[in-house]
Amino acid sequence: MTKRSLSTFLATTFLALLLPLTAMASSEGGLEPSYADIGNRASLQRGAALYMNYCAGCHSLQYQRYSRIAEDLGLSEEQVTANLIFTGAKAGETVKVAMDAGDAEAWFAKTPPDLSLEARSRGEDWIFNYLKSFYIDETRPLGWNNKLFPGASMPNVLWELQGIQRPVYGEAEHGAQPHLESLELAKPGTLDHEQFDRVARDISAFLLYVGEPAAMQRESKGVWVILFLAFFTFVAWLLKKEFWQDVH
Amino acid sequence: MSNMISRVSNGVMDWVNARAPGMMPAYRKHMTEYYAPKNFNLWYYFGSLALLVLVNQILTGIWLTMNYTPTAEGAFASVEYIMRDVEWGWLIRYMHSTGASAFFIVVYLHMFRGVIYGSYQKPRELVWVIGMVIYLALMAEAFMGYILPWGNMSYHGAAVIINLFGTIPWIGDDLTQWIRGDFVVGEATLNRFFALHVIAMPIVLLLLVVLHLGALHEVGSNNPDGVDIKKGPKGNRWSDKAPADGIPFHPYYTVKDLFGAGFFLMIMAFIIFFAPTLGGVFLEHDNFTPANPLATPEHIKPVWYFTPFYAMLRAIPSPIGGAIVMGAATMILFLFPWLDKSPVRSIRYRGLLSKVLIGLFVIAFVTLAWLGMQAGSTVQTWTARILTFYYFAFFITMPIWTRIDATKPVPERVTTHD
Repeated sequence: MTKRSLSTFLATTFLALLLPLTAMASSEGGLEPSYADIGNRASLQRGAALYMNYCAGCHSLQYQRYSRIAEDLGLSEEQVTANLIFTGAKAGETVKVAMDAGDAEAWFAKTPPDLSLEARSRGEDWIFNYLKSFYIDETRPLGWNNKLFPGASMPNVLWELQGIQRPVYGEAEHGAQPHLESLELAKPGTLDHEQFDRVARDISAFLLYVGEPAAMQRESKGVWVILFLAFFTFVAWLLKKEFWQDVH
Repeated sequence: MSNMISRVSNGVMDWVNARAPGMMPAYRKHMTEYYAPKNFNLWYYFGSLALLVLVNQILTGIWLTMNYTPTAEGAFASVEYIMRDVEWGWLIRYMHSTGASAFFIVVYLHMFRGVIYGSYQKPRELVWVIGMVIYLALMAEAFMGYILPWGNMSYHGAAVIINLFGTIPWIGDDLTQWIRGDFVVGEATLNRFFALHVIAMPIVLLLLVVLHLGALHEVGSNNPDGVDIKKGPKGNRWSDKAPADGIPFHPYYTVKDLFGAGFFLMIMAFIIFFAPTLGGVFLEHDNFTPANPLATPEHIKPVWYFTPFYAMLRAIPSPIGGAIVMGAATMILFLFPWLDKSPVRSIRYRGLLSKVLIGLFVIAFVTLAWLGMQAGSTVQTWTARILTFYYFAFFITMPIWTRIDATKPVPERVTTHD
């Protein structure tokens, strides 16, 4: 190995050693992938409608403006005002809940959290799995529990669509609580399994978008920036070659 | 037309030179008549890249400051305002957050370059020491900047790091209170860290960079062969007195660094536009939740560039011991020039022993960085202990292994001379 290639080798090794760090940090355990796609406008529009109908009663999106939803999802402000705003808010306002904070506290024991950044803090796959993990549990105040997030305060608001899931417990070990193994559909809803997956995926995709509206334009702009930089680097390389001709 | 332009520009130059006669000599000394060895390789890009990132941080920082609110009530929301409602705000913020990590990547590579080519050896000890002060200032700058988004990891990370000072006997409690300006991390802490992050530390950093370059230009740059070009033959195309193996920094290395900058910016742009959080490494998931003193994140950990030292801190059972080890791990880097007793500078002319030990040192450092991000199982803690031991043993035994290691003869001139 020549000296020059040795130093190149060292440099690549150093960078290659940094990479697994990123891979390790991003892997999350045991979640079914949501395949939520913010490039799929129809999915985002359905997700917005589902969110406003099923979620926005309790969960605000305090950083998300209705007008921005219209702009980014290819809807007119009239369409958004007529179909997505249930609180009498103006299109330029952010998504707030109609429910009084004191009532929320009394009904659910805690104020339902704002979900503007839920996809950024927990990930869209987590939301997808969470929405599918509700099951009936008489020991909980509202009769519902969640396999992914045990002790969740909220009921399954999508139960009419999904149906009602029942827990399947494994063998109880001595003195221990039986282990929750899986969920099975006890009473079917109006949607079949695949259709409900799509509902959960659409909501996850919508929250993924709400977490970072800039993501809608980020990648397409990035392509042009990188193309420009590639051109710039090429010209700089030619310039370097030209100047260095006389260095021996 | 061109005649007129050159007449006007010459007139302006003459006017300025008459009033600031020292300006052009200074420019020549540091640019066109600063003779750098002509055999710089890939490793020599990272100094200029660090400067580029510093400029990026200052410019994007100015624009972030225009819309950021340094209050406990408004900080988190103002960052989201920048991300959503400020024109191009998301890009400015991602450039700044990616730039912070990039800063440490290029600085770590820059330091490693110094290690493998013995750039800290006599007469460049001062260049290394000033560089190390820059590294410490950069860590302080990054730490104080990290608190500003006021996310939950900002909050609890800051609380943990500040509490390290509380392990100091007698004055610990008072010291942490003095740093925080409160009994807990709060708005007073945020306000002062904001002031230090946007004014105090950038000024210090800029001054140190000037000193770093000034000290370098007094003694001249080292090179991958570790050959003293100033001691070699004299005379090149530009000057009879300049080293034969030296070439003017401008234009040769300015164009070369321009190419390096372009390449580096492509990688930066790729991260900024396609993976700005880098899977939670550059921007962490827990930091997208507002600061909440009552909800401690499951695993409090600093950003990746501090994790090697954080792993060492956790590896030691006693808090004060951990804090001492962590501090010592950074301070011992200052001693490189005096611990290395090798008669040669560059790794090219060192023996297998040095190559193996330096290689293991890199592996130990990177593994510690990874361990610092993990929850810390028993196996991980013991691995961290072994690697921490190696980290210190590497330095403490350096005077021995650099002396006994075989060396190859160093050539008179750089290997690429004609």
